[in-house]
Amino acid sequence: MDELLKVEKLKKYFPVNLGFFRSLTGKNDIFVKAVDNVSFDIKRKEIFGLAGESGSGKTTTGRLVLRLIEPTGGTAVFKGKNIFGLQTDPKILRRQMQMIFQDPYESLNPRFTVYDIISEPLKIHKVCSSEKELEDKVFNKLEEVKMTPPQQFLFRYPHELSGGQRQRVALARSLVLDPEFVVADEPVSMLDVSIRAEVLNLMFELIQKHNVAFLYITHDLALARHICDRVGIMYLGKIVEMGEAEKIVYEPLHPYTKALILAVPVPDPTAKRSEAVIKGEIPSPINPPAGCRFHTRCPSYIGDICRTKEPELVDIGGEHYVACHLYNK
Amino acid sequence: MTLMDVEDLRMYYRTSGGWVRAVDGLTFKVDSGRGLGVVGESGCGKTSIAITLMKILPRNAKIFGGKILFNGKDIVPMSEGEIRRDIRWSGISLIFQGAMNALNPVFRIEDQIVEAIKVHESGVSKGEAKERIAKLFELVGVDPSRASNYPHEFSGGMKQRACIAMALACNPKMLISDEPSTALDVIIAAQILKLLRELKERLNLAMIVISHDLSIVTETCEEAAIVYAGKVAEFGDIVQIFKDPLHPYTQGLLSAFPSIKAQRTRLISIPGSPPDLTNPPRGCRFNPRCKYAMEICRKKVPELIETEKDHYAACHLVNPVS
Repeated sequence: MDELLKVEKLKKYFPVNLGFFRSLTGKNDIFVKAVDNVSFDIKRKEIFGLAGESGSGKTTTGRLVLRLIEPTGGTAVFKGKNIFGLQTDPKILRRQMQMIFQDPYESLNPRFTVYDIISEPLKIHKVCSSEKELEDKVFNKLEEVKMTPPQQFLFRYPHELSGGQRQRVALARSLVLDPEFVVADEPVSMLDVSIRAEVLNLMFELIQKHNVAFLYITHDLALARHICDRVGIMYLGKIVEMGEAEKIVYEPLHPYTKALILAVPVPDPTAKRSEAVIKGEIPSPINPPAGCRFHTRCPSYIGDICRTKEPELVDIGGEHYVACHLYNK
Repeated sequence: MTLMDVEDLRMYYRTSGGWVRAVDGLTFKVDSGRGLGVVGESGCGKTSIAITLMKILPRNAKIFGGKILFNGKDIVPMSEGEIRRDIRWSGISLIFQGAMNALNPVFRIEDQIVEAIKVHESGVSKGEAKERIAKLFELVGVDPSRASNYPHEFSGGMKQRACIAMALACNPKMLISDEPSTALDVIIAAQILKLLRELKERLNLAMIVISHDLSIVTETCEEAAIVYAGKVAEFGDIVQIFKDPLHPYTQGLLSAFPSIKAQRTRLISIPGSPPDLTNPPRGCRFNPRCKYAMEICRKKVPELIETEKDHYAACHLVNPVS
């Protein structure tokens, strides 16, 4: 499997608005470091997961690699082309890169019919030469996402659809241009449990059928393990651990990953209850702790080095990367 | 000891489209010091159950029948005054869904809890109430000196803890929490679930946890009631329900859930979506989505029968205990 997307040292700092008078007196140098030196790669046909608490920068990373927001620094190379390069027209890129948003109740235009929603990307990119071809493509996609018969759904508006159906329309929209890469930002977190499984299964059938690579953003590690080939765990704008999904869940190394896994509720009444929940909440990304960003909450704090030196993400063997001083001697 | 015994409870909403049968023949019981998890999809009447038990119904809702025996007394026929004095907050209290929005942003948290105490317990001075709040905050793990803060100065997890402190303000015997951990992060959610578990044991509370998430219920409760379209589909000891789910809906819910521990298998979904409660399907309400549906399922409503000790299911496929 060769590389499809390679992200290196990606950074996004959002300036904090200080107000009118302070902006006159000095340069604005307070930033929210939402994404700070993040590097990863995604291979063809691979499902790569990004997991972490809210505020860890998962969504920002997803939006950056599609260039929906401009980065502060770093590179992202997609099929040999730098996404952030000056010459690159985002429109050409987006024919090959699409996104599925979290909330199907807000990501579909309420004044568009299902047909309008799915045909819009085709019209923007002028893919079809005739009206007939356009219709056929929309029909096909609707059938693929199991909204059959398509005639019954074509002229409905989003408010006439259930949550699961809306997310299936969003899925059809993202796949209608036959992209090679899709960013899915918590696509099922707003759906009911019984419907969630259906949408997930459908998504994976289509991924396999069309050979799409996915960046799957989620806060739910149980789901990430279920779906992804590899996972990156994010904490305060940094990837702290990355590797094969099974390995991350069964042999987590970073203390934060361990804490996250312990915190996942287990649907099994006989399982032992996790009593060792870490304390405190995620610190502010405006002034992240010096050294290792997790040291303020870390149960295996080993001394001054954690406070002063930032651990690097290193391969400890078998493509399992971890950024922690415990393993970095 | 059984603290609350609900029998055949019915509560409907009047809408322009007809009566919405949100709670329709609900039966369960809860003991002191034990937790009951109420599980179901959205739109199956979970939150309606909570507000019916507290009798904080909106104007278009009406209780059509059934009994809510709390400590041996039926609260359905009680007047609003009696309930406010004897039941609400001093007997049963509620943690609302979405702690972020349950607190009033323009009042100090302390003052909001003092208000709750004063409404439900006459003769408590402000000083006494504040002392009590300091103790409650310690109990739920928030620094008592933060009590005079405004809600926006609290993080999500702290707001949820403050809501729990408020619910415990009048020493209730029973605590209902509606989706206690949605809108919270994984680690914060785990902290809150652990807190609820500890409070239940320490204060010998009867607890009802309402959630769409089976794993949250298994983390906090000993018993579970699986609710579908306003009715109990299955009720019993949670270990037994997991080991041997009887109702096809329970079986569906269990296999739709990814677990972090178990084998990686394909998730199995339940086809279709929950029914329209203004016009629920005839017979068993689950029959249009059930893969075992038979002729009788479309005609006759199955009763909740005891299949083994303390394990009840409402399905034509199961046989009563012999």
